[in-house]
Amino acid sequence: MNGNELGFSCPLPLQKYERILTAHGGGGLLSRQLIEELFLPAFDNPLLRSLHDGAVFSAGGRLAFTTDSYVVSPIFFPGGDIGELAVNGTVNDLAMCGAQPLYLSVGMILEEGLLMEELIRVVRSMQRAAEKAGVTIVTGDTKVVERGKGDKIFINTSGIGVVPAGRDVAAANCRPGDRIILSADIGRHGAAIMAAREGLEFESAIQSDTAPLNGLVEAMFQASAEIRMLRDPTRGGLSSALNEIAQSAGLGIVIDESQIPIQESVRSVCEILGLDPLYMANEGALIAVVSPQATDAVLEAMRKHPQGVGAAVIGAMTEEHSDRVLLQTAFGKRILDMISGEQLPRIC
Amino acid sequence: MKYVDEFRDPEAARRLAAAIAARMSRPWTIMEICGGQTHAILKYGLEELLPIDLTLVHGPGCPVCVTPAGIIDAAVELASRRDVMLVSFGDMLRVPGSSRDLLSAKAAGGDVRLVYSPLDAVKLAQANPQKLIVFFAVGFETTAPANAAAVLAAKRLGLRNFFLLAAHRRVPPAMEAILSAPSCRVQAFLAAGHVCTVMGYREYLPIVETFRTPVVVTGFEPIDILMGILQAVELLEQGKASVANQYARVVTEKGNLQAQRLMAEVFEICDADWRGMGRIPASGLRLKPTYAAFDAEQVFSLKTSDKQERPTDCLAGKVLQGLIKPTDCPAFGAACRPETPLGAPMVSSEGACAAYFRYRQQKLQTANPKGD
Repeated sequence: MNGNELGFSCPLPLQKYERILTAHGGGGLLSRQLIEELFLPAFDNPLLRSLHDGAVFSAGGRLAFTTDSYVVSPIFFPGGDIGELAVNGTVNDLAMCGAQPLYLSVGMILEEGLLMEELIRVVRSMQRAAEKAGVTIVTGDTKVVERGKGDKIFINTSGIGVVPAGRDVAAANCRPGDRIILSADIGRHGAAIMAAREGLEFESAIQSDTAPLNGLVEAMFQASAEIRMLRDPTRGGLSSALNEIAQSAGLGIVIDESQIPIQESVRSVCEILGLDPLYMANEGALIAVVSPQATDAVLEAMRKHPQGVGAAVIGAMTEEHSDRVLLQTAFGKRILDMISGEQLPRIC
Repeated sequence: MKYVDEFRDPEAARRLAAAIAARMSRPWTIMEICGGQTHAILKYGLEELLPIDLTLVHGPGCPVCVTPAGIIDAAVELASRRDVMLVSFGDMLRVPGSSRDLLSAKAAGGDVRLVYSPLDAVKLAQANPQKLIVFFAVGFETTAPANAAAVLAAKRLGLRNFFLLAAHRRVPPAMEAILSAPSCRVQAFLAAGHVCTVMGYREYLPIVETFRTPVVVTGFEPIDILMGILQAVELLEQGKASVANQYARVVTEKGNLQAQRLMAEVFEICDADWRGMGRIPASGLRLKPTYAAFDAEQVFSLKTSDKQERPTDCLAGKVLQGLIKPTDCPAFGAACRPETPLGAPMVSSEGACAAYFRYRQQKLQTANPKGD
C-alpha cells in the first residue's frame, strides 16, 4: 500500500512511523500529523478543514440522527473492511429512517502497535465509501489505547440526514396485506466474517455484501411514497429483523421460504457449520414493507438499482398471530423466532 | 445444493407420508435417537405430514445435552486457570454446569477458544507453547475418531502441552438403558446415520435380538427421515425385529474400520454418567493408560463425577428417554427458555427442547395462551 494513492501531499512524516504509538492519541505533534496527513486529505471538505471542535452547518426540515460502533474482527475480510462497514452502516441506519444522509462523524479508537499501513487502508476505504454514499465526514476524534486494550481498531460513526417532506417510515404504518420485499440475497456478510475469522477455506470465497443503501431507498421512494417501513437486517439477520418489524407493528408476518434469495455458497457454508442463514448478518440488504398497490412499482425500481437487482417479495403482513413470524417451508409452516444469544457452530 | 436437494423434495415427502399412513394399522411410537434428526423433523415441519397416531419421541442423541454437569464444572475450573487454554466446539460453551457455563468463564477472563476441528486444538498447542491446551472432547462415536487422531498427532509432534478432557459417550448402551426401563414406550428406533457411518450397523444386532425392537439406520434430510419412518413402520407392522439401513448411501454393516482402529488405539470403554439418565454401564470412552499423559482428568487431578446437577423443575431426563415431549414439561417456555435454560436440551442447537421452542412456539401458545 502506498500512501500516495490517497493523494497525500507529503506522506513522509507518517511513513516514519510503521505502527501507531500512544503518542498518536496524545494530542501533540503526532496527533496533529495523523490528522493533517491522513484524515484531512482523505475526508477533505471545508467543514472538516476548519479543524474546529465541531462542525457548524444548516440542515432544513426533519432530521434523522444515528450512531453506531464497529468492533468487527478481523478488520479486513472478503468483500470489505471495518472502515467501509463503519460508513455504510451509519449511512444505512439513516436510510432506514427514510432520511437522505448528509454528514458523518468518525471516532477512532486505535490500539497501540496497529500497523500504520492498515490504518491507511481503512481510512482510504472510508473515503471511498463516503464518496460512494454521497456523505461528508465533518468531524472526528482519535484515541489510542495501550496494546492489549483494544482489538486493532474500533470505529464509531454518527450520522445526520434530512427526511424529505411527505416521507413517513414507521412500524405503526404497516397494515395487514402489506407486502414484504427483501432487496438482496442474505447471509453473505455473516458467512464472510465467519470464514475469515476462523480461517476456513471454501471453494468459492464468499464476499461481504457491505454497501450503502441510501441510493436504493431514494429510487424506491421515487417509485412510490407508500413504503411503510424499512429495516436493514444486520446482526441477528433476516429472522430477527422480521420479528422486530412484527412486534413494532403489532401484526403477524408470513414468509415463504422458497422466495428468500440465498447464495449457493452461503447455504453450503451454513450447512457445513450447522448455522442458519436466516440468522446471519447482512450489511447491504434491506427489508421494505410496502402497500400492496405500490409493490410492483417499488420492486421494479429496486431491480433497476445495483443494490436491488435481486429484490424479491418474500411475504406479507397479516392480522393473525400478531407479533410472530411464520415461515412457510416446502413441508409446512413453522415459527421463525428471534435469535437467542449468538449462533454457535454445532458439534456434529 | 448438489446431493442434498433431492432429499428435500416436498412432493416425495408427501408421497412418503401418504405411504406411512396407508401402512399403519395401529398406533406406533418411534424414537429418533439423534438431536440432528429431531431438529430436522421440527425445522421442516415433518410431524405435520405424519398420521396422528404415529408418535415420534426424541432420544438422548445430543452430545451436549447428555454431558453431565460435573464434567462441565471441571472444564470451567480448567478455563479459570491462567496457564490453561480451554478449547471446545461451539455448542459446549453455553451449557450450564452446576453453577456456571464456559461462556461465563470466558467473560471472567478465562482463555476459552472455539474450534471446528480437534486438529485445530493441536495447532493451538503448537502455536502457544507457554500455555496448557485442554481440548474438551465431547461427542458420540462420530467425533471420537477425530479426537483420537488429535491425540496421536500431538504424540507424534512430541507436544507436552496438549490434553484431552474426554467426555465421549457411546450410543448403543443408552438405547439398551432406554429399552430396559419399565416405563419405556419406544417400539422402534431411528438410529443416527453418522454414528453408524463410523461404527457400522452391526452394533445394533444384539439390541434387536435382545429387545425384539426394530432399528432403522437413518440419515438427516427430510426424505431420509420419512423413509426411515416408513421402514420402521413396515417392520413393526410385519412384527419383524431386525436392522434396516435407510442410509445405505453412506453406512455399511462394518462401518469405517480405520476410524474404529483410531478409537481403539486411544480410547477404552468405561461406565459413564449421562445428564438426566444417571450412570450407564459401558457407555463412555476414556483415554487408555498408555495415553495417560494426554488425559486432562488425570494430569490436572480433576473430579468429574461427584457433583450433582442443580435440582430444578427441569424434566430433561424424561425428555431424553422419550418418556415425555418437551412441551409436557411444566417449565417449558415458562421458567425454561433459551435465554434462561434449566437444562441442556434447551441450550444446545441439537437439543429437543430448543427445537420445540424454536420451531413450535405457535402451537404452544395456542394451547397455552400468552402471558402464562
